[in-house]
Amino acid sequence: MTLFRTLRNGIIDENPTLRLVLGTCPTLAVTTAAINGVGMGLATTFVLICSNVLISLLRRIIPEKVRIPAYVVIIAGFVTVVQLLLEAYVPALHQALGLYIPLIVVNCIILGRAEAFASKNTVLYSAVDGLGMGLGFTLALIAMSSLREIVGAGTIFGVAIFGQNWHPMLMAALPPGGFLTYGLLIGLMNKLQLVKVNLKTHPAPALEEGGAQ
Amino acid sequence: MELFLTAGSSPHIKAPDTTQTIMRDVLIALLPTSVAGIIFFGLRALMVIAVSVIAAVVTEFVYTRLMKLPMTIMDLSAAVTGLLLALSLSPLVPWWMAAIGAVFAIVVAKMIFGGLGQNFVNPALAARAMMLASWPSQMATFMNPRPATDLVASATPLPAFRYGAGEVPTLFESLIGRSSGSIGEVSVIALLIGLAWLLYRRIITLDTPLAYLVSFAFFAWLWGQDGLFTGNVLFHVLNGGFLMAAIFMVSDYTTTPMTRLGRIIFGAGAGFLTMAIRAVGGYPEGVTYAILIMNCCVPLIDRAIVPPAFGGPKRRRKEADHA
Repeated sequence: MTLFRTLRNGIIDENPTLRLVLGTCPTLAVTTAAINGVGMGLATTFVLICSNVLISLLRRIIPEKVRIPAYVVIIAGFVTVVQLLLEAYVPALHQALGLYIPLIVVNCIILGRAEAFASKNTVLYSAVDGLGMGLGFTLALIAMSSLREIVGAGTIFGVAIFGQNWHPMLMAALPPGGFLTYGLLIGLMNKLQLVKVNLKTHPAPALEEGGAQ
Repeated sequence: MELFLTAGSSPHIKAPDTTQTIMRDVLIALLPTSVAGIIFFGLRALMVIAVSVIAAVVTEFVYTRLMKLPMTIMDLSAAVTGLLLALSLSPLVPWWMAAIGAVFAIVVAKMIFGGLGQNFVNPALAARAMMLASWPSQMATFMNPRPATDLVASATPLPAFRYGAGEVPTLFESLIGRSSGSIGEVSVIALLIGLAWLLYRRIITLDTPLAYLVSFAFFAWLWGQDGLFTGNVLFHVLNGGFLMAAIFMVSDYTTTPMTRLGRIIFGAGAGFLTMAIRAVGGYPEGVTYAILIMNCCVPLIDRAIVPPAFGGPKRRRKEADHA
């Protein structure tokens, strides 16, 4: 796999949020406003790149039997760095994201990439994989939080875009709106992917039976 | 997935029922209630009904065209959904709100899941729940029926009864249609005429509505204002959205269980939940959420109650588990 394909893989083909459905907890919880989506996405991207690089560097040193605790310690270290930086320089965002910053430690995307990619690949590829996955996560969060902010509050990045008489659809910013928007985005992504799939090798009806076992 | 159906030798029993005739009868059954709503609430009610029905039908037309699906608006189910939604709304909701509700009902609650027969919740109620969460103040502003002088009602019967704010209508007033509320819940008599039509045409059976009524009445009696077993059963039955739901919502074919026992469990659960929300929950009215929650339980109920195969051995418990 080339570096470019590794990058593209994280953003589109194996988008962690919309195709692998990982990291759904922060996805549903913090995407009420676009700025939260950007903040959460970039914070996770930073942790993802750093932990991927370090784990890749240490992949021959970490013993097989205790690799998960070792990964968690590394990830938690970087999360602490992010949390302190956010608290120092952007306290408002730190306030808005709240509990979900420390929870980056247990984000399945980061642990998943450590286990599935960084522990088996070279440092450069691991860094690019972290960047691609992080960007995929960030873009999905931005798409979702922008939609929810526009529909649920009538604003984008806090700027009102409709007139005075606009009655925002509050539900979009509430938890049920989060699930609905998430489902619709995944559906859209699947639809786009289905168009791409060669119908001869993968007949469309077979996909509908996925998960039947 | 391909489905092969083998036809046996003739003669076959042929029934004249189609989705279209059934939906037409539901529309006819809803006619008295719609007329009563328009008489008591005036042109605003007519506007809400027209917008909701037109928006629902147009949405289904556009969706089926865009997705290259067979055209289904002629089965009238979209019109029924639009009408049911309108009847569950206050006559004072703005027209665009009714339109968004109808679009939501058709696209999100019905077509995305595969259209009529595939939706797991009642589309009209799903849209109403969405609107309740999105525009809480507009959804809770009601008007007095004509010929009252003040337009905006102080309180509908249920909050009036529960919190002692505003006048509680007498039973006679509820029967005729002298209380404020949603367009469709104003006149009990009009609803009962609709029920009579549905029964006469054999569109619905009484098992779910009766189970709903019995369970609801029992819990209304149980959770009285002055302690256990003091409740005003008739008041709770005749006011709010209970009757409309009992006649038109819990009798829906798609979103209720397949077996009679299942439907009775469904009705009993809905009755319990409706009254639980009315008596101890956070809202004065609980019909919408109660039925939506029970809609979600339907697959479970259907799985638990599998009728024995015709002519087969008596079903043992273990065999049902691998369904």
